[in-house]
Amino acid sequence: MVTVAQRAAGVLESNIWLSLWFMLIALVAIGALVAFLGMGLIYAERKIAARFQCRLGPMRVGPHGILQTVADTIKLLLKEDIIPAQSDKIMHLVAPFLALSATVLILAVVPYSPILQVANPNIGILYVTAISGLSVMGILLGGWSSNNKWSLIGGMRSAAQVISYEISATLAVLVVVMFSGTLSLAGIVQSQQAGWWLWRMHGVGIISFLIFIIASTAEINRTPFDIAEGESELTGGFHTEYSGLRFAFFFLAEFINMFVASAIAVTIFLGGWMPFYIGGFEHFNRVMTIIPPSMWFAGKTAFLIFIFMWFRWTFPRLRVDQLMRLEWKILMPIGFINLIAAAVIVIQKFYFFPE
Amino acid sequence: MTAAIKTLDELLTSPTETNRSLSTEEYFLNMGPQHPIAHGSLKLVLLMDGETVRKVIPVPGFVHRGIEKMCEHLGYRQIIHLTDRMDYLSALMNNWAVSKTVEKAAGIETNGRIETIRTIMAELQRLQSHVLWWGVLGMDLGAFTAFMYAFRDREIIGEIFEETIGARLTMNYIQPGGLMYDILPDFVSKVKKLIAYLKPIIEEYDTLLSGNVITQERLRNIGILKAEKAIGLGCTGPVLRGSGIPYDLRKLEPYGAYDKVDFDVVIGTKGDCWDRYYVRIEEMRQSLKIIEQLIDNIPEGPHSVAKINYKIVLPEGTYYGQIETARGVLGVFIVSDGKNETPYRMHFRSPSFNNLWTVTQIVPGWRIADLIAIQSSLDLVIPDIDR
Repeated sequence: MVTVAQRAAGVLESNIWLSLWFMLIALVAIGALVAFLGMGLIYAERKIAARFQCRLGPMRVGPHGILQTVADTIKLLLKEDIIPAQSDKIMHLVAPFLALSATVLILAVVPYSPILQVANPNIGILYVTAISGLSVMGILLGGWSSNNKWSLIGGMRSAAQVISYEISATLAVLVVVMFSGTLSLAGIVQSQQAGWWLWRMHGVGIISFLIFIIASTAEINRTPFDIAEGESELTGGFHTEYSGLRFAFFFLAEFINMFVASAIAVTIFLGGWMPFYIGGFEHFNRVMTIIPPSMWFAGKTAFLIFIFMWFRWTFPRLRVDQLMRLEWKILMPIGFINLIAAAVIVIQKFYFFPE
Repeated sequence: MTAAIKTLDELLTSPTETNRSLSTEEYFLNMGPQHPIAHGSLKLVLLMDGETVRKVIPVPGFVHRGIEKMCEHLGYRQIIHLTDRMDYLSALMNNWAVSKTVEKAAGIETNGRIETIRTIMAELQRLQSHVLWWGVLGMDLGAFTAFMYAFRDREIIGEIFEETIGARLTMNYIQPGGLMYDILPDFVSKVKKLIAYLKPIIEEYDTLLSGNVITQERLRNIGILKAEKAIGLGCTGPVLRGSGIPYDLRKLEPYGAYDKVDFDVVIGTKGDCWDRYYVRIEEMRQSLKIIEQLIDNIPEGPHSVAKINYKIVLPEGTYYGQIETARGVLGVFIVSDGKNETPYRMHFRSPSFNNLWTVTQIVPGWRIADLIAIQSSLDLVIPDIDR
C-alpha cells in the first residue's frame, strides 16, 4: 500500500507546486483534526465526568449539550485577554502557542490508517519523544512569565515531572522498538500483523504498556499527576494568569496531548489500525476485517482516552515528592529490568507468535 | 505567661534563618483570601522554602460581621437567627447552644419531645456537615467526584430539613423554650428511609476515597497533632478526638436526649490527618446509630413550652453553656444586667477559631500539598472563625 506520505514524497521529487498543495492540505487537515478533537474531547470529558458524578453534564446548548463547547469557545474568544503588568510579555504571549504546537506536531506522524499519515519519518519514535519533551517548555514558560508565585511553582513542578516521566515512557517504548526492529511508527504498526505487541512480547509487553500509560498520564499532566495545575493547591498553577483564548490554548493542548498519548500507545502496543484477530475463529476474523482500519484506530484511541478520563475522575492527586518517588524508585527500575528482560527475549527469539 | 503580641508587619519582616543549608531563598506566599482552600475568606501568609512551608501566619477577619456586637441589640430569640450565620454547617447546633444557655439561665423547663427532636435534628445536621466535609476533603485532594457524591447525599438530608424547618442552611429552628415548628407526621418514615439509604452510602465513601492508596499516602502520618499540643491549643471536636482524647460533651455532660442513647466516642491513635479523617467517618456511623435509637421513641407533647412572642429577661449575672457541634465545642457566654431583654455582652467560643491555630504548629516542615490536606482535615468554617 502506498501511503499519502509516500505519494507526497514521490510528488516532491517531481513537482514542487504539487508538493506545496500537499503541504497545504495536510496543514488544513491537521488543523481540522485539532479543532474537532478539541471540541469532541472536551464534550466527552464533561459528559463522562458527569456520568461518574451522578449528574447530567452540559444539557442546554443543542441536543444533550453538543454545542456547549462551541459556545464556550465563542465566549473565550470574546473574553478580554489580560496580560499581567509585571509579566514577561513576549514569553507570556508565546507560551500557550508553544504548548499547543508541540502537541500538534506529533499529530503529523501518527499513522491513522494504512494510507492516512502526513509524514512517515524513519525515526518516528525519536521524533515523538523529542517533540513531546518540548511541550513542557510552554508550561514552564507560562508559569515563569506570569510573574506569579503560584504559577511559578506550577511550572517548576511540571518541568520536574515531565522530564522525569519521559525516561520511563522512553524505556517502555524502547522495548517495542527492540522487538519490531524499526523506529518508524508505520513500520511498528506493520510489524504487528501477526499480533499486537501488548501480548506478543511475552509479558514484558504488558509491563511496558502499563509503564507507558502511567508515564503518559504524568506527561500530559492529568490527575493523579496534575500537580502542575492542582486547582485546589495552586489555584490553577501555570495558567492562573491566563485568560481568554490563551487559556483556551493551554486547555486545548491538554486535550490534544491526551489524544496524542493514547494514539502513540495504540500505535506501538495495540496494533495501531490493525484489526483484532483471534487465531482459529475464521468468521469472527472476517467480521473484524470489515471494520475499516481508521475506525479501529479511532476506537482503540477512544478506549484509552476513556481510561485517562476514568483515572482523572476517580483518583485524588499525588504529592510532588510522592510523584518523584513513584518515578525514580519504582517505575524507572522496573522499566530498566523490563528492558533487559526484553533484550534477552529478543536475542533468544522467544516470541509468542513467531512470524 | 503572656506571649508578646506581634503585628503582622513585624512577623513578615523577620524571615527565619533556619535550615538554609542549600542556600535557597525563602519567600512569602499569600494563600488567600481568594484561594480554593480557604473555603470562604481566610488568608494564610506562608513563609516558603521551595515547596516546603516554614511558617504559617493565619490572618482571619475577612468575614467579620460583628455578630457578638449585634447580639447586644437583639432579644434572645432574635439572636438565634444570627447564630445560623456563624457555623452555617451546624446551624441547628448553634441554635441549640444559645437556647440551652438561655433556658438554663431563665429556668425554662423543656419536655422530652423537644429534647428528642432537637437531638435527632442535631445529629442529622452533624451527618450533613460531615458528609459535606468528606466531599470537600476529596476535592482538596484532587478527587472532585467525591465532592459531587457528597453533595448528592447532602441534598437528601437537606430535603428533610426543608420539609420540617422551611430552610436548608440557615435553620433558625431551635429556640429558647422549644422548637419553631413541630415535626410533620411523615418525618419519622422519611428519616428511617434516609438511614436505610445512608448506611450503604458511608461504605461507598470508604470504597471511593478511604481505601484509595493515594488518599492514604496523602493523609497517613501527615500533620501529626500531639495530644498535649491539641489540648494546649484548645482544640475540640474531631480534631482533639483524632489526637486520642475522648472529649465529647455528648458523653461528658449529656444534654438533650444523649443520655438515653448508646453510642461510642470515636478517637484516633496518632493524631495525623488520617485519624481526623477516620474519626469523622466513624462519627457519621455513630450519628446514624443515635438517630436510629431515637426516631421510634419521640415522646408526645407540645413542641414549645414557651408562649409565642414572650420576652426573656435573664436575671443579672453571667451564664455559660456549651454544646458539641460538628466541629467541636461551641461555648456561649452571656452577661445580663437583669434589666433589659438583650444581653449586656455576648461571646461565642467557636470551635473553628481554636482549631485554626493548629496549622501554625503542625504545618511547618510539610509541603504545600500537605498544608492543603491538613487544613482540610481540620474542617474549618471561616465565618465561624471570624463571626
